[in-house]
Amino acid sequence: MTSTARSSRTRTRHHGAAAVALAAAAALLTGCSSGDTSENPLDGDKAEAGTVVVGSNNFAESTLLADIYGEALRAKGLKVTYKHNIGSRETTYGLMKNGSVTVLPEYNGSLLAYLDPKAEQTSADAVDEAVKAKLDQQLTLLESSPAEDKDSVALNAATAKKHGLTAESTLADLKDVAPELVIGGSPEFQTRQQGLKGLEAVYGLKFKAFKALDAGGPLTQAALAQNEVQAADVFTTDPTIVKEKFVVLKDPENLFGFANVTPLVRKDGLPQEGVEALNAVSAKLDTKTLLDLDAQVQLEKKDPLDVAKAWLKSAGLG
Amino acid sequence: MNVLSFVQAFFSDSAHWQGYDGIPSRLLEHVQYSLLALAIAAAIGLPVGLLTGHTGRGGNAIAVVANAARALPSFGLLVLAVLLIGFGLLPVMIPLVVLAVPPVLVTTYEAVRAVDPAPVDAARGMGMRESRVLFRVEVPVALPLILSGLRTAALQIVSTATIAAYVSLGGLGRYIIDGLYQRNYEKVVGGATLVAVLSLITLALFWGVGRLVVSPGVRRR
Amino acid sequence: MNGFFDIPSDLQHSWAGLIGVHLREALLPVAAGLLLALPLALLCNRFRWLYPPVLGVTTVLYAVPSLAFFVVLIDWTGQTELTVMIPLALYSLVVLVPAIADGVRSVPDETLSAATAMGFGTVRRYLQVQLPIAAPAVIAGLRVATASSISLVSVGALIGNQGALGNLMAAAQKYDRPELAANAVLTTAVLAVVCDAALVALRRVLTPWMPRSGRKRTAAPREELLTKGAAR
Repeated sequence: MTSTARSSRTRTRHHGAAAVALAAAAALLTGCSSGDTSENPLDGDKAEAGTVVVGSNNFAESTLLADIYGEALRAKGLKVTYKHNIGSRETTYGLMKNGSVTVLPEYNGSLLAYLDPKAEQTSADAVDEAVKAKLDQQLTLLESSPAEDKDSVALNAATAKKHGLTAESTLADLKDVAPELVIGGSPEFQTRQQGLKGLEAVYGLKFKAFKALDAGGPLTQAALAQNEVQAADVFTTDPTIVKEKFVVLKDPENLFGFANVTPLVRKDGLPQEGVEALNAVSAKLDTKTLLDLDAQVQLEKKDPLDVAKAWLKSAGLG
Repeated sequence: MNVLSFVQAFFSDSAHWQGYDGIPSRLLEHVQYSLLALAIAAAIGLPVGLLTGHTGRGGNAIAVVANAARALPSFGLLVLAVLLIGFGLLPVMIPLVVLAVPPVLVTTYEAVRAVDPAPVDAARGMGMRESRVLFRVEVPVALPLILSGLRTAALQIVSTATIAAYVSLGGLGRYIIDGLYQRNYEKVVGGATLVAVLSLITLALFWGVGRLVVSPGVRRR
Repeated sequence: MNGFFDIPSDLQHSWAGLIGVHLREALLPVAAGLLLALPLALLCNRFRWLYPPVLGVTTVLYAVPSLAFFVVLIDWTGQTELTVMIPLALYSLVVLVPAIADGVRSVPDETLSAATAMGFGTVRRYLQVQLPIAAPAVIAGLRVATASSISLVSVGALIGNQGALGNLMAAAQKYDRPELAANAVLTTAVLAVVCDAALVALRRVLTPWMPRSGRKRTAAPREELLTKGAAR
């Protein structure tokens, strides 16, 4: 009896130490957390004052453009942080509004279609004005670049051949064929005006099914090339269009409108020299340049930040 | 709007009940992926687990394999498989099977090992062949544990099969991924509810199967 | 720029940096889950009627897919690590609460009576007697929770670069670079194995009276725990 009691006491003491050690380790770990995730979580994640937060959507060209903007701003001595790969416009626009992101590469007509699905798109300038009128008060567009990257519907070579469609064919020519085709695109393409909705409303296209892929990325490229889908939403600056001989259909009704690369910024977030820096980038960025830079990232697998820095330097903006 | 009203909105929208993106077809896809993955995992884990458990050899090897498999992240395996193999069901089956084999394998092994040796020896003494010892004595006693391993595997598969949608497959994950990119909470919450309900149904099914096939004498209290 | 360790710049971390973030995002929730589970398990043992509903709630939470959890939390906690960590902490409860509760309950009555006779109060007895004796069970639970947490962090990549090594997986997909996915999978696996080994070592330190090569003890209870959690 006595011996049991004694042994249980020594054990107890030993375990007591162990428990304290465990608790201490746990406390240490949790202690670290408060230091590491410094922002108040319930506050969202507001940009720090004086720092420009450049965001990007979840596709390679958006990352590249964000890097170009960010590095151009850094070259002017501004403090820049990045928030990459956030998601689709549906998400990034919200983060622009609540101040988590200050600068975002956008496409003027695509943004307009998001803000006002019914808007007519007659010219790039008119689109910019229409966007500014529809934007949240705290946001504005800077000058658009001539570089254009639209959504488009592309067919793979086999499908185009089978139905006698060429690069001269239009989306309207797809009407009779569409019910036999599976179309692919980003998940958001399914519900956008510049997507399935518009294709049906404007061209009367009803596809057999929709397959959700990524935003013009490797999944889309591979799915189209391997005939997992016969048609897909492909960006016009996609270097694989030429490589895989995809057939891009013409869009006479201008459903996909204008899509000039344009910085979307928060008015209070960017000082004047920043505005000038981004306008200078827009002035130098044309479609051919963008195609070339995209190919460096997507085909040659160069790092977007390196590509951005090299181009800024060659354009005298770095 | 709170979460419940999103759920209500999702399920009362008739558009969510028909076509290739309707709840019935997405649910069916999800169940198909899950059953297939569970069947493959069981086809690998059960025989190996029974055999090693019966002979008592290979326990260390099983622990090593199971721990290694458990350490592999499903999402990464999925991306890797799609990049290397391309589209289809196979790249989705790889992470799901890798996820499900360890619980089936380890639990089966441990379940057979844990059977009281006395009745096993008695069976041998009565002249039973080894296969009969395994299937007539060890398996019935080990069954509750073996089922629990299958149940763990099934639950993990049902919840993880949602990531198939990230690489363009169907299933209930479709609603969650689409809802994320379309900023449509109704879809996210609706999809999550369906997955959670499917998990709970899976639990209930296993409970029911357990009542049916486990002999009352060995049922755990 | 297509080597095994050429991390795309948009992830904004080196390989080592990603590992650090991954560990933080995976282990902090387990630690938080442990801190939450300790009193919960105590309450469950004190008031037996509490145990089934607590297990029920954690089971239902566990049944919600992580991605959906993340998406819903974005509105409150933004696109931050916290959004990833909260669900992981909740998931860990499904394993930790039963591990601790059952472990603590398995302490023999004589031991408890002895402690009471020595003048231990309830809380002190819990912390200094019951928990240490339950240490192997608790650690077994921690091992399951840690392994699953390390794997699940990756899914955070889908809500905008919040998935540490998972971001590398998403980048592999985005830039069509399988070697990055291989890197991420292998690195994550090694992290899981190392953390598991650390917990085993911790158990040996905490329970020197137990056999050193407790293979049977280390492999079996883990599956049991998870199924127990999900079972009721």
